[in-house]
Amino acid sequence: MIQLKRINKVYDDGFQALKEIDLTFEEGKINVLIGPSGCGKTTTMKLLNRLTEYTDGQILIDGKDLNQINPIELRRQMGYVIQNIGLFPHMTIYDNVATVPKLLKWDKQRIRKRVDELLQLVNLDPETYRGRYPSELSGGQQQRIGVIRALAAEPSTILMDEPFSALDPISREQLQDELVRLQREINKTIVFVTHDMDEAIKIADQVILMKDGQVVQKGSPKQLLENPANEFVREFIGENRLESAKTLPPLSEFVVEGYPSVTGQSDLQDVIDVMVEHNLAELPVVDGENKYRGIVSLYRALSNKQAVLSDVLDTSIQAVNENEAIDDVMNHTKNAPGSVIPIVSNESELIGVVNHNQLFQALHQFYQRKSGGE
Amino acid sequence: MNFITELSQYMVENVGELMALTVEHILMVVYGILLALVVGVPLGIIAARYEKLAPIIISITNILQLIPSLAMLAILMLYFGLGFETMVIGLFLYSLLPIVRNTYVGIKEVDDSITEAGIGSGMTPLQLLAKVQFPLSIPFLMAGLRVACVIAVAVACIGPYIGAGGLGKEIISGISLQSEVKIYAGAIPATILAIFADLMLGLFEKRTKKRVA
Repeated sequence: MIQLKRINKVYDDGFQALKEIDLTFEEGKINVLIGPSGCGKTTTMKLLNRLTEYTDGQILIDGKDLNQINPIELRRQMGYVIQNIGLFPHMTIYDNVATVPKLLKWDKQRIRKRVDELLQLVNLDPETYRGRYPSELSGGQQQRIGVIRALAAEPSTILMDEPFSALDPISREQLQDELVRLQREINKTIVFVTHDMDEAIKIADQVILMKDGQVVQKGSPKQLLENPANEFVREFIGENRLESAKTLPPLSEFVVEGYPSVTGQSDLQDVIDVMVEHNLAELPVVDGENKYRGIVSLYRALSNKQAVLSDVLDTSIQAVNENEAIDDVMNHTKNAPGSVIPIVSNESELIGVVNHNQLFQALHQFYQRKSGGE
Repeated sequence: MNFITELSQYMVENVGELMALTVEHILMVVYGILLALVVGVPLGIIAARYEKLAPIIISITNILQLIPSLAMLAILMLYFGLGFETMVIGLFLYSLLPIVRNTYVGIKEVDDSITEAGIGSGMTPLQLLAKVQFPLSIPFLMAGLRVACVIAVAVACIGPYIGAGGLGKEIISGISLQSEVKIYAGAIPATILAIFADLMLGLFEKRTKKRVA
């Protein structure tokens, strides 16, 4: 785990590049730093392998102060993937991937095994590619080598500086997918810099949106999409993405409150009268404490006029808690024979009902709005 | 036609002497260039590492190059006397500029992203130089070496004026004896030497470039 505590960076000319940065990069997560150019995202990342230094504050890596670690050692323990790939053109793929293990003086056999293993990890046949030079590979293949070069010495942290931005859209998509897959296999702490919001949403566990050297908002992609902190965040994410990420409205918006109900002791004729009066085919039945008991339908009430209410009461229809997600309510409608679903509070008190027809209408409107917004 | 037979006859008769002169010529050039490599490459690296020193180092080598060759050799003669060694020193000074400048440029030309990848991988400055920057500057160095060789072969021809041997000896004695045959007998091998050096090093340069590009 990496923690940045109140980090400031001021250049000699007085320009403050970073202001009070407080961040935590959790272990095994993909952390994406994003923002417009000049926002300090790359600077923040380069603090971690000490390619730049900060003015004041503190950085802790697994509880250890970053400044206590020798920068050369530190970099060997941290994978680094750069924007322009940066493979060594005069070295074979093997030598490129083996860069850090060689610096760490691993023995030859171990290096060889590791290189082959890594090439297989990104679906490049070791026999074919080991001896090739970077210029003989496509851009996408080169950046795969760039990524596995960073993984070679099994670092716990990997820094990636806009690694896929120079690639064509298809290779980029592929590499993003591969990164997510790799991450599941190798479980490293990844700090990833990008300016591409789609990329961030796709791969991030934590998105950190920066502007003018400050963190504007951080959270999961879902949190950012659902609750953008301010106008800048909204703008940066873009209305289209916000619109398409909108979730269904909460159940409470569909509940018809004040829907008539009857108590279990009511006379059946009275119940029928209530239904006729309100032009309803079904009524929820409650006990003396307004707790839901079941549903009585007009059809059953009329066909068993001599019976008492409890005989015609359908208790098989389950009530739904008001806090349930709308999707789950849909599942209930599949099983419910009638046209209304009773909704209850946490204390099982009847609040109202959801009408199938209304629910359907509301969903229709929602999806229409959503598809119209694109 | 007559002249060509005469020339070939002369060259065949004096093949031993001409070979000895050619070998001497080559040795002067090789020693001069080797010396220039030994001194010039580190100077080029220093210039690339310490940007403030670069203009000083480049200017000094540049000035050396600008001194007319005869004048330079005459001055060297004042301090080192007549002979082979003086010529080697002269050739060394002449070859310095292309080698220093091309080493400097070669290192500077290494793509920033490649340098950053090296530093980011945890290379020490020395490892970065040895594993990345210097190997990548070799095509540039080869180009410099090629220029230096061609210049050195030419400059070495005035060797006899300061008591050094080489093919110049044949040419100069041809001038004083007004012997066309002698002049050609010296000039032709010297030219072939220059062309050969240019071609071979050009080929070598291309090969090193292929790797790096």
